[in-house]
Order: sequence, then structure tokens, then C-alpha cells
Amino acid sequence: MSQVLDPPPPTTQAPPGPEPDHDLAALAARHGLSVSGARPSLPQYVRQLWARRHFIGAFSTAKLTAQYSQAKLGQVWQVMTPLLNAAVYYFIFGMLMNTSRGVEDFVPFLVTGVFVWTFTQSSIMAGTRAISGNLGLVRALHFPRAALPVSFCLQQLQQLLFSMAALVLILLAFGVPPAPSWVLAVPALVLQFLFNAGVAMVMARVGSKIPDMAQLMPFLLRTWMYASGVMFSIHHMTGPDSGLPSWVGTALQLNPAVVYIDLMRFALIDSFGGSQLPPHVWALAVGWALVAGVGGFIYFWKAEETYGRG
Amino acid sequence: MADTPADKTPADKTPAERVPTVVADGVDIVYRVNGTGAGRGSATAALNRILRGKKAEKAAGVRRVHAVKNVSFVAYRGEAIGLIGTNGSGKSTLLKAVAGLLPVERGRIYTDGQPSLLGVNAALMNDLTGERNVYLGGLAMGMSRAQVKERYQEIVDFSGINDKGDFITLPMRTYSSGMAARLRFSIAAAKDHDVLLVDEALATGDRSFQKRSEERIRELRQHAGTVFLVSHSNKSIRDTCDRVLWLERGELRMDGPTEEVLKEYEKFTGGPDKAAKPKPAPKAKAAA
Repeated sequence: MSQVLDPPPPTTQAPPGPEPDHDLAALAARHGLSVSGARPSLPQYVRQLWARRHFIGAFSTAKLTAQYSQAKLGQVWQVMTPLLNAAVYYFIFGMLMNTSRGVEDFVPFLVTGVFVWTFTQSSIMAGTRAISGNLGLVRALHFPRAALPVSFCLQQLQQLLFSMAALVLILLAFGVPPAPSWVLAVPALVLQFLFNAGVAMVMARVGSKIPDMAQLMPFLLRTWMYASGVMFSIHHMTGPDSGLPSWVGTALQLNPAVVYIDLMRFALIDSFGGSQLPPHVWALAVGWALVAGVGGFIYFWKAEETYGRG
Repeated sequence: MADTPADKTPADKTPAERVPTVVADGVDIVYRVNGTGAGRGSATAALNRILRGKKAEKAAGVRRVHAVKNVSFVAYRGEAIGLIGTNGSGKSTLLKAVAGLLPVERGRIYTDGQPSLLGVNAALMNDLTGERNVYLGGLAMGMSRAQVKERYQEIVDFSGINDKGDFITLPMRTYSSGMAARLRFSIAAAKDHDVLLVDEALATGDRSFQKRSEERIRELRQHAGTVFLVSHSNKSIRDTCDRVLWLERGELRMDGPTEEVLKEYEKFTGGPDKAAKPKPAPKAKAAA
């Protein structure tokens, strides 16, 4: 800062207005000017976000498309990637470690778990970087910042829909018959999306203050994954003959990831009956979606005016 | 339109007719930069910072850069205001604060409607086609899908991307830097703004495109209530602006009619007798 040509001289500035400072505020108030960069009220914020819905949609689709645009196979990878993922998990857990004991239709069970879990995991990861990784956008354009985490979750949802297409192929290949209960996948996904978006917004705010969270999250998420019965049946592991105290099972089954994974399994897999579901599963699913969705949104909005600073 | 060459005391002249659009009231802007810790191991310093919060900021090597100091001005509808100053004098920072994208440390900025920076670069994606980027950029600026559709042809024609073949359907990463810059400007300039902030956008593209974009800025200016223009080209400031704010080291050094301020500024920067050998700065003002 020392290579400025001249010392700043006593300012020869012709003052813009002869009024002292408080009169500027009065002038602004008289003409109905609003404070720049102030946080809008919650209802206003919801309206602004709704007004940007087209941007949210276009941004998420654009991100999704850009992902594979340099690959020769292009958008085929949208389905190939989940299929390959499922194959790897099947090879390790189904064939090498043989975890499948006790679970009927183990491959559909596993693949459903992996896909549904991946949706939550990548939504939260993307949410953590939603603000800190897009500072350029935040510093250049004006829009409700919640558009970013929501948009990233929407991208993951679209990704999941591709995975679900792959999943249908896998289900049919392993002889799971199509059933009317498949329709239940839709409300389950909607609730999971709300939950993911809420957590993503919480993490977006945290990540914008502490960028280091992006380094930490993969470990937290992996721990969470192992507690979520993605690759084994919590129902079997914590059953009466497992020797574990019963509260362990109850605690594990309150885990939102377990709730959404098991709902999807219940909807899609014939042999995964209602008896394996946690008690009050739909109430839990709705509850988690509302708590995370609404709470996360409000938490994110509280810091709206501070994003992109520093 | 703007037939009001800014006079020095605008507020008390004809208060009934002049409508303020931007009021800056004693604005201070401070940047905090992490990770400049000198001396002690910066890992412990960082931990310290996280645990103790603001108090430890200084100890943990957070540098504060005081970018804008106590700046006040009133901008009126119909004015085109140039912001000048040497590099790093706080022009762009002030512009971002007016747009509401940077927080002020002290003071307030009041605006009429939402001022917008001219620029959508950050929203565009190189892997997508020009066509999709036009939509994405338009939506990012807050236009509706229908509005973008309506303006689409205009944007493409203005950018001149399709002059040499059907390039708009190719990914933007295949464009030359000039072509990309032209498309970006065309998208950004497609929307009308109440208060328009332009940060040296005139310097893109080839000569003919520059001419066209200057014209477009003038058009935007007619539709916009107020235009702020940051530029190092005194010529484009003379062409577009009737009032100039001169920032130096974050302080508002002069505010007045274009000619008057530019004369002083040119003396300050280019004057052969004045700026040849900078005098040592008085110590009191040395470091920000």
C-alpha cells in the first residue's frame, strides 16, 4: 500500500451534499431508499427464492450436464456411474465378505441402500461447498443465497433419478417383481430431499464461515454411513438374539438416513417387509424432513447478508 | 434525459426535482484476510483464532485491509458517475458495496431498488453451449424464462458470435477469449437496471465490438436511473460521465464535474512535473 504516488493531501473534495451525516440518512429516508445489502424478512426471502426457481432449476441441470460433457460417452455416465458403484459394492460385500447372510435379495438391498445414502451424502457435501466454493457467483450477482444449496441438492436429486433408473434394471435382473408399492418411493424421495436440503443449508452456512469443514465432512459422513445400515441390515444386527441392549437398536433406527433408506427398501423390495421398518417410520420421515428443512432454511437465512464476505 | 451536469452542491439547489438513487453515508469497508500469519506456527494460530474468535484475530495473523474510508456521496437519478483512482484505491470495492455484495464496516449505503453490477461471468459454465449459457446467465440476473427467450436473438446478434458460423451451439470452452468476452458482455447488457454499476467492461472485444458496447452502455444509461462507471480510460469517462468521484487510498479525494476532476487527476497521475518523483509519504498516513 505504500507505492501510491502522492500522499493523500488534505482532501480538496467538494462535499457531495453540505449536510452532515445524519442528514444523509434523513435524505435517504425521505426518498424511500432502503439499506443496501440488508437481510430481507423471512416471507420476503421465501418470495425471492420462489421468484428464482427457474434459475435454481437451470443451474442444477447445467451443473449436472457439465459434469460429463467432456467424456466420450457423455450423459451415458449418468447411469453407468451408479451401476459401476453398485457392482463394486456387490463384489466386496456380497462376494468377498459375504455379509449377505440373513438378508434376502441382498444385492437389491445393498444397491438401494448405496444409492439412497449417496443422495444424502453428496447433497450434504455439495451443501458444505455451496457458498465457499461459489464465492465468485455470490460476489457478483444478487440472488437469495439459499438458491445455491437448494440447487446443488436438486442436482443430486436428478442424479439419484438416473440411479433409480439403473436400480430398476438391477431389481428386475435379480427377479424382484414390480409392485404397486413402488409408488411409495415418490413421497419417500420428496421427504428425503427436504431433509437433505435442510442439512445442506446448515452446512452451507457453517462451511461459509469455516471452509475447513469441507476437509472434515468426508470423515463425519463416512462414520454416519457405517451407522446407517447401508451395507447390512440394522434390523438383523440389533435383533433380540444379537446380544445388544435394545436401546441401541432404537437409537440406530431413529437415524434419519436409516429411516429414508429403509423406506425406499420397503417400497421397492418385496421381501423387505413392514416388520423390518423402524416403528412410526412415516412420522419419523416427515418429522426429520420438517425439522431439518424448516430449521435449516431459517438458520441459513439468519446469516444471509454475510455470505461472500471477508 | 441526463441534462443535469452535476454541480458541486446538488442537494440544496433544486431539492424538489432531484431524486437520490444512491446515498453513501460515511462508508468504511474493511477486508479480513486469513492465513497471513507471520512468526508463530500458523496452525496453532488458526486454532487459536477459531477458539477465541475476534479477540485473537490480530494475534492469529488476520490482516485487516481498510479498503474504503469514510466515503459519503449522493447520486441522483439521471446521473452517470465515473469512479477513478489509481490501482487498488478502492473503486471496485466501493462498487460492490453499493451493489450490496460486500458489507460495510461503518456507515450505511441506501439505494433505490437493487443496484446491479454489470457482469455474469461467474454464473456461466465453460462446458455448456453458448445457447444454454445465455439462458443460465439471464436467469442468474433475475430475468424470467420468457424474458430471456424474448431477448435471446438480440443477445446472440449483438455478441456477433454467429457471424462466422453456428458457434452458439458449441461449448463455450471452444470460444476464443475475445468471443467469450463478447458473449459475456452481451448477456450482461441484456437486462435493464435501475442503478447500473459497470466495472471496466468497455475494454472487451475488438474495436468494432468496443464501439457497439459503448453504444449499448449509453443505451442502458438512458434506461437506468443512475450509472456508475469504473474505468482507467479517461476518454471513456469523458464520453459517458458528467460527474466523477476520485478515490485515492480508499478516501474520496474529489467529487465534481468530469472536466474539473479529471484535470486534477491527470495532474496527479500523468503530469510530467508532478508525479515523476513521488515525495515520501508523511508517516502518519503511511500504512493502511
